[in-house]
Amino acid sequence: MKTPAHKMDYWIGMILRSGVIVSAVIVLAGGLLYLYRYGALAKGYANFQGEPEHLKDIAGICHSALAFQSRGIIQLGLLILIATPIMRVALSIGIYLKEKDWLYVAVTSLVFGLLLYSLIFVK
Amino acid sequence: MHTLEFTFVIWISSILAGLIGSLTGLGGGVVIVPLLTLVFGVDIRYAIGASLVSVIATSSSAAAAYVQEGYSNLRVGMFLEIATTIGALTGAFLGLWVSVRFIAVIFGLALLHAAYSAWQDQNQNEASNPDPLATRLKMDSSYPVDGAQKSYHVQNIPGGFLLMLIAGALSGLLGIGSGALKVIAMDRIMKIPFKVSTTTSNFMIGVTAAASVGIYLNRGYIDPGLAMPVMLGVLLGALSGTHLLMKAKTKSLKILFSVVILTLAVEMIFNGIRGTLK
Repeated sequence: MKTPAHKMDYWIGMILRSGVIVSAVIVLAGGLLYLYRYGALAKGYANFQGEPEHLKDIAGICHSALAFQSRGIIQLGLLILIATPIMRVALSIGIYLKEKDWLYVAVTSLVFGLLLYSLIFVK
Repeated sequence: MHTLEFTFVIWISSILAGLIGSLTGLGGGVVIVPLLTLVFGVDIRYAIGASLVSVIATSSSAAAAYVQEGYSNLRVGMFLEIATTIGALTGAFLGLWVSVRFIAVIFGLALLHAAYSAWQDQNQNEASNPDPLATRLKMDSSYPVDGAQKSYHVQNIPGGFLLMLIAGALSGLLGIGSGALKVIAMDRIMKIPFKVSTTTSNFMIGVTAAASVGIYLNRGYIDPGLAMPVMLGVLLGALSGTHLLMKAKTKSLKILFSVVILTLAVEMIFNGIRGTLK
């Protein structure tokens, strides 16, 4: 279990597992708060309206969650979930760098760039 | 319906979807989108957003275990993720242009194909000679079989890459993991052992979904009130399904669920053609 490949397997597994757990706990906490506050209101999803601005991007979501808004907290949990595979890719870049495996440094960096592009720059 | 009732019903349905997805090996996304749109009348864009989130959750938690057991081929996965992320971005952009009817019909067809391929035999003949490109990309590897390491040679990388572009596009367009297509690309085309193909596919699904979910988030298609019960439910259902798989006889369950999926597929196509979906 001491080869670099095994180490990589271990850390990737750790990141994925803890990301899902942390995210599920935050989503659940936000969800309970949401139901406590708005559970009795009528709700439907038949007509698409789009989310308000503060639930659509990273800055807005963090701001909303810090203000203790239940929907913002759920959205923050979902954001952590989305970040989990992205973190996994970032970690792989680091490990390939350490192994001086330049080909796969390039491969994983390209994937990382595509993921960041979709999350941050697409409007 | 009140928010509390609605959330509870969606949560229970999502547990069921996660269970079916895990027992058939198709993933929760292929069940949750038809369920939300056909049964609960949810707008298909909200359904796709919520489904993508749950796809990341289930694939990440399953991949964590497989990776640590040494089945997944990380180099193959990471190389092919170039194709699936480009495909997913394209699919998500396409989803904003095409009509709901088109999405529904394509969804139904993808569902039919996934159900069909779940019953296909896996590829048996593995390649005996190394492929030059696979060698240069250092993809040949080994995996555990009955306590020993069995080595294999990866073939036809361009063919696999091309199919992964399509798998990614369908994932971004429909909000599913496209696990069935990913496995075909690796198992049939690249001659990678079935167990390695399925676990590597699982490993790739999270990154593929993450590539398109950002676009759905930025466009306002991820609703916290809907995504919350869907994500928590599908995750719970998928985890229970994995435990059930180890204990129960699943042949009869698999037949039952295939009928469910077939019905959903026909309903999606029918409603898509009639234009009755939102």
